[in-house]
Amino acid sequence: MKKTSSLLALAPVVAFVAAIAFGAPAQAAEGVTPPKQVWPHHGITGTYDKAALQRGFQVYKEVCSACHGLNLLSYRNLADLGYTDAQIKTLAAEYTVTDGPNEDGDMFERPALPSDRFKAPFANAQAAKAANGGALPPDLSLIVKGRKHGEDYIYALLTGYKDAPATHPQTGEPVQLLPGQYWNEYFPGHTLSMAPPLMDGQVTYADGRSATLAEAARDVTQFLAWASEPHLEQRKQTGMKVLLFLIVFAGIMLAAKRKVWADVH
Amino acid sequence: MSRPATTEKFDNPVVQWIDERLPVFTMLTKEYGVFPMPKNANYLWSFGGIALTMLIIMIVSGVVLAMHYTPHEAYAFSSVERIMRDVNYGWLLRYIHMNGASFFFIAVYIHICRGLYYGSYKAPREILWIVGVIIFLLMMATAFMGYTLPWSQMSGWGVTVITSLFSAFPLVGDALVTWLWGGFSVGNPTLNRFFALHFLLPFVILGVVFIHVWALHITGSNNPTGVEPKTKKDTVPFHPYFSVKDGFAMVVFLAVFMAVTFFAPLALSEYDHFNAYDFLVTPPHIVPEWYFLPFYAILKSFTMDITAWMTLLGTFGALAAGGFAYLTLQNRKWAFWAVCGAVAAAGFLFFITLASFVTAGLKDPGFMDYMNVVVVPAKLQGVLAMFGSIILLFFLPWIDGGDVKSARYRPAYKRCLALLLVAFLTLGYTGAQLPEGWPVIAGKIATFYYFLHFLVLLPYLSRKGKNLPVPESISADPCCASKGKK
Repeated sequence: MKKTSSLLALAPVVAFVAAIAFGAPAQAAEGVTPPKQVWPHHGITGTYDKAALQRGFQVYKEVCSACHGLNLLSYRNLADLGYTDAQIKTLAAEYTVTDGPNEDGDMFERPALPSDRFKAPFANAQAAKAANGGALPPDLSLIVKGRKHGEDYIYALLTGYKDAPATHPQTGEPVQLLPGQYWNEYFPGHTLSMAPPLMDGQVTYADGRSATLAEAARDVTQFLAWASEPHLEQRKQTGMKVLLFLIVFAGIMLAAKRKVWADVH
Repeated sequence: MSRPATTEKFDNPVVQWIDERLPVFTMLTKEYGVFPMPKNANYLWSFGGIALTMLIIMIVSGVVLAMHYTPHEAYAFSSVERIMRDVNYGWLLRYIHMNGASFFFIAVYIHICRGLYYGSYKAPREILWIVGVIIFLLMMATAFMGYTLPWSQMSGWGVTVITSLFSAFPLVGDALVTWLWGGFSVGNPTLNRFFALHFLLPFVILGVVFIHVWALHITGSNNPTGVEPKTKKDTVPFHPYFSVKDGFAMVVFLAVFMAVTFFAPLALSEYDHFNAYDFLVTPPHIVPEWYFLPFYAILKSFTMDITAWMTLLGTFGALAAGGFAYLTLQNRKWAFWAVCGAVAAAGFLFFITLASFVTAGLKDPGFMDYMNVVVVPAKLQGVLAMFGSIILLFFLPWIDGGDVKSARYRPAYKRCLALLLVAFLTLGYTGAQLPEGWPVIAGKIATFYYFLHFLVLLPYLSRKGKNLPVPESISADPCCASKGKK
């Protein structure tokens, strides 16, 4: 009786938290729900697929980086992908960055170092807009965490370009795309200013294979997931140890509690 | 077993030396050694200690985060990301602090539910309860300001929405909002002051928690029967019985907290918390953290402005009701107070109506449509109801004045309380939904029940409700007797 009533008192609180955690987020006005995908880094033990991250980085470097920055990352962070220090040094040196002022008070150009942030494609937001018909290409450092449905959405967006239908599926109004606008199945509102960035055979991987649209989209999505959450693997590994400790500790505490309370009546 | 409270000598000479000069060890023995706890207190009684643990975790992680954080509108977002990426174990600190807020609220909500169910707010624990409500309010203020600091879309827009609520107050509203912001929009001064207050308030909470615990140690803990301990047989010393029991509960709670922190750190947060604040881009859906949603839903439940013809009708209605009471009530004292109440209500309604007429007239001298002047805007109703829903809790010991504490022996109250929880959960759900369709109606019904419960059902039940027989003492409670047989 006593146990039941205290459990009953607890149940609604648990239900409340569960309802908020799993049921609450808003739906409408945020586009079509992208299909759920299986990602290697999801789940309790999931880790990044380093080969996919390297391929994804190549896709970012050859395609996305023309318009989108990765402001929060430095070249040195690429060590996570399995590149050696020498490789990263060479890679960074491909870019020229502005440094200074030097002793004469002048700014100067030098090759980028591993400690430099990824070079931004545009000098500032205004330059980015001017080059993209007024639309600002968002920085991609946090794009996976900053979008509803995360990886699933990014993949769906990259592969979701279609010919515009005659009428808008939600509003029912006739669709009239302006020049520089494109129709995407999964973009909220469907109309966006980014031209389809990837297509079959656009990127040739290091092994000489040319990537399909789906492969390139999947790889770059995983790369961007890493960029959003670079410490994911360390987090899960530490979590395992912490939980193991707490479970053992809880067992010891329970045994102690039982022993102490054995004589109470 | 444990050392009795009257011990004057400690075995350890150093302890004895210190204790003669500063009796910390005597105090600890009295308050945490031999302190009598009702032996039937169940695991729900562990959540006070768990909440205190969470507060300490929040303060420790928060102070370290503050060492790496930059409270400036241009750097706040990237400094938080620097913590996530470049500070050693910064990601862990931040995720502990983020999810710690949620788990602090989970612990406190369970703690409050326990108090409601077992009547822990009743005599002699009224001040203990009131101090607890103050802690809850301080926690809400602190959490809200903390939500601002990452300067994300949700931060900036959440602050905009919530601080704008204060503009609902008549006359001073707009000035109040400007004062809160430190400018004419949410900006750097807002972020700076919120950071200062977010750093300060947890220590204020710690101080108020000290008062809460002090008051607790005067009255002692309530227990599932609601019957105060009568003899030594009813209690056990805090140590080792409850130190070990609370310790076990704490470790289990921490395990759940850590499981979420390490394996689903974003389960309780919104994606727009990872996009930098941009005052030009309104997010599609602005929602507060989950622990505010029920109160946010109460706020959103008020959608109809009260206009002049309604308040005037109310004025006449109040006068008529007063007259009716005067003529029909046998008890003259009651009749007197009924008339006083009616005149005061009518006077108040008439005054605010007149005030809005004057405002409307001053704004536009040619104004004619006086009957449809808005007297109490929906927004103001919502704000008053939202704050009122918590302020109400201060008066709970007197709203529910009956002698029987525990819901175990109050079957009708138990059912009403279950409905209150359903209403609160409904509000939690509808608070996160867009204001359209059935959630709006469900939210309104739940809001109605919330106030009905505290303002009508509880006063009635506490005076007229039928109670079951209460056991003579804790030891006489059949639940205790059967459990301890050995």
